Amino acid sequence: MRIGVVTFPGSLDDVDACRAVTFAGAEPVALWHGDEDLRGVDAVVLPGGFSYGDYLRCGAISRFSPVMSAVVEVAREGMPVLGICNGFQILCESHLLPGALIRNDHRKFVCRDQRLRIENTRTAWTNRYDEGSEVSMVLKNGEGGYVADEPTLDMLEGEGRVVARYVGENPNGSLRAIAGITNERGNVVGLMPHPEHAIEDLCGPGTDGLAFFTSAIEALTDV
Amino acid sequence: MARVVVDVMLKPEILDPQGKAVHGALPRLGFDGVADVRQGKRFELEVEGEVTEERLAEIHRIAETLLSNPVIEDFVVSTGSTTRAGSTTRAGSTTRAGSTTRAGSTTRAGSTGAGTTDAGSTTPEVP
Repeated sequence: MRIGVVTFPGSLDDVDACRAVTFAGAEPVALWHGDEDLRGVDAVVLPGGFSYGDYLRCGAISRFSPVMSAVVEVAREGMPVLGICNGFQILCESHLLPGALIRNDHRKFVCRDQRLRIENTRTAWTNRYDEGSEVSMVLKNGEGGYVADEPTLDMLEGEGRVVARYVGENPNGSLRAIAGITNERGNVVGLMPHPEHAIEDLCGPGTDGLAFFTSAIEALTDV
Repeated sequence: MARVVVDVMLKPEILDPQGKAVHGALPRLGFDGVADVRQGKRFELEVEGEVTEERLAEIHRIAETLLSNPVIEDFVVSTGSTTRAGSTTRAGSTTRAGSTTRAGSTTRAGSTGAGTTDAGSTTPEVP
């Protein structure tokens, strides 16, 4: 099982994401933003960071990198794709997911352990969670406020496409406290908090994030 | 060479924390009477040759593809003469500063002082 992790100029969490893939039991494959070749991977992770310095808008330049044309294509064909934080922003800019992420309403960078409720366990990245389970992982962003128009929000809720929601105080002004969403098919997931930082007890708030990566393995095994 | 300006603003319904921060700073500096501040982006494109209709249409595509995110932002493309609105249903309340329509001719704000006070005198036509 080969899970690719894309490195953009300015990516920060690509190494942690590779490590999480290894912990979960798959082989991490480093992918480069300038390559269109996905090196035969079975799934793709777009990691957190500040790709292209967040110039223009977060994820706006990355969307047009050579690797993303390939990722958009395979995502539309059903390959599991997870965008974490900056990766979530890139998925929205690529129109693989609806809505957008804007600056936190309180204008401060947030960095903390965050409680989340996993609400959709039918996606390629959350099938190993129990529906409604509360988990804890690191949230760290300056532009994590999820916004979309009301019809889109209603559609996401109605179709059960809200994957994770913040529990307790809304940390960044995300509408309806949305922390993560999925596409119609459930193979593309965008998530603002960082599961790759929550895979072992030694560092991070626990191991609650590991199941994102084992879920992908499960989803690929089922096929 | 000709200059085409693309102004990008967050849609009215989208929260603008940066604008709020600027607005919050004004009273502390002793400036009163500003009801709200919205912050946007201005792109100045130096275009080779004439600005034809085709060229403007292309810049329109540039604006909606890269320069703005239509989910959260509106844009206005302007040259010395024409103004094209992009996917806007601009609320009547938002008055665009006059500097956008006169971009082709000169105006760098600063040289002419507070380049916004004459807004309204040159309201861009929004088709």
